[in-house]
Amino acid sequence: MADEVLSAISICKGFGGILALDHCSIRVKEGAIVGLIGPNGAGKSTLFDVISGFLTPDGGSIVFSGREILGLPAYKIARLGLVRTFQIPRSLMRMTVLENMMLGAQGQAGERLCNPLIRRHKVMAQETEIREKAEEILEFFDLQRMRDEYAGSLSGGQKKMLEMARALMADPRLLLLDEPFAGVNPALADRLIEQIRILKEKGLSIIIIEHAIPYVLALSDELYVLNKGAVLASGRPDAVISDRRVFEAYLGEGA
Amino acid sequence: MLDYLVSIALTAGIYAIFALGLNLQWGYAGLLNFGHVAFMAMGAYVTVLLSMNGVPLLLAVLAGMILAGAAGAFLGMATLRLREDYLAIVTIGFSEILRFVLLNWSTLTRGSFGLFGYPRPFQDLVGIRDYNLFLAGLVLAVLLLVYILLETLARSPWGRVLKSIRDDEAVAISLGKNAFSYKVQALALGSAIAALSGSLLAFYLQYINPNNFQPIETFYAWIIVIMGGSGNNRGTILGALILWGFFSTTRFMEGYLSFSPTASSGARMVLIGLILIGLMMFRPQGLLGRKEELSIGR
Repeated sequence: MADEVLSAISICKGFGGILALDHCSIRVKEGAIVGLIGPNGAGKSTLFDVISGFLTPDGGSIVFSGREILGLPAYKIARLGLVRTFQIPRSLMRMTVLENMMLGAQGQAGERLCNPLIRRHKVMAQETEIREKAEEILEFFDLQRMRDEYAGSLSGGQKKMLEMARALMADPRLLLLDEPFAGVNPALADRLIEQIRILKEKGLSIIIIEHAIPYVLALSDELYVLNKGAVLASGRPDAVISDRRVFEAYLGEGA
Repeated sequence: MLDYLVSIALTAGIYAIFALGLNLQWGYAGLLNFGHVAFMAMGAYVTVLLSMNGVPLLLAVLAGMILAGAAGAFLGMATLRLREDYLAIVTIGFSEILRFVLLNWSTLTRGSFGLFGYPRPFQDLVGIRDYNLFLAGLVLAVLLLVYILLETLARSPWGRVLKSIRDDEAVAISLGKNAFSYKVQALALGSAIAALSGSLLAFYLQYINPNNFQPIETFYAWIIVIMGGSGNNRGTILGALILWGFFSTTRFMEGYLSFSPTASSGARMVLIGLILIGLMMFRPQGLLGRKEELSIGR
């Protein structure tokens, strides 16, 4: 379908004897927010790893922006505009918040070994542009006060915000957010919801893994429930959440 | 006294360049190179052998750098897709293999007899009496150039990517950076810099022998980098100055103590070890390193 930014079809991934993903399929429409929930060990993060190229699946197909990306190295997938964040925030601890941000920008001439030496002006001009953009996004996430601090000194919630902000520096088309609300205090979480909505209005497509169901319901256009590596239910969030099978997957059968 | 200062400037300068190559690899990219001396040896031998056969000195030095850079890149490509400790094992192995090849390929290298009587830059112009003073100036000029080059790179977007790989490779990859390629680049550039220091060492010693390139030389570079503060180019230069200042002042004092030469060289290493342990206990970030970078916990 033309208006799908991502379709991952029939993904399988085993670790030894365990099938972490068992013919799992997920589709994301252009500009939509898709929620991904399920009990611990359901395969949500594994699915992110596979889609972003960090893990190679045993089978299936992943089409992003009309292009098969399965088998591409992870850094190339990121360059195409499919950017992921991590469940446990991975800040570059010994770099400042601003450096973390600036790293995210794509197409930097100065990242080629010779350019900082022979094309100084171009590199400097681009650095100024990137810095401005980074500061804008930091402001958006209310992190501008921290710009010169080491990322390692941020709180857990701030690290989560930084990680998302950094991913946005890459101008993604599709953003994979792994538990963006974990460790974020409720006041900040409300703000984060607003921010994610603004991003959606700008045309960004997002998949969110999240355990805090109210946030997922508030944001998602479509909801997928994973259980034991397969899609248990999918569709409109309010319909999916009231599905008896979903209830049982979380609380056990006969609950 | 001047001779003494010149000799410190020469050895400290040469080892500062040598260790700056390692600092790029370890301090910025987090790569464990335990065979750094191999690239110094390549620089020395390639420069000497080519120049003895009539190749202009500058070209001979460049050839050594290019060859060492290519060898570093090759070792990186062979091991960097594996876990990081493989690079350490393979590089230490490589440096010993190279030393044994140099010892045994006697038709080319004259083995343990070593090579001497080879050309040195501007030796006819300067004359033998002031040559060391001239060479010290040359070494310091090269050191300054290498320092400026590395500082420029460290502050550039290229350096930013290297640091991100050192901190967390997965993050760099998730942001579209080809981490593997950057690690290979850092290895190649650091190795080429080591080769440059090897050429200068050959000019200084006037006599090279495979046993100049024992594994201990690699660990001198490590001592220098750790002492000065990993990831800090100025610290590396300071570390080299302290290490060779220490070696030569203790050699000075040998006359007053009744140690045999082997005992005193052993005692020097014991002392250096104690100083390092003390430094790790009281200033683990090194002399010029930043404390915050260490205390930031995971």
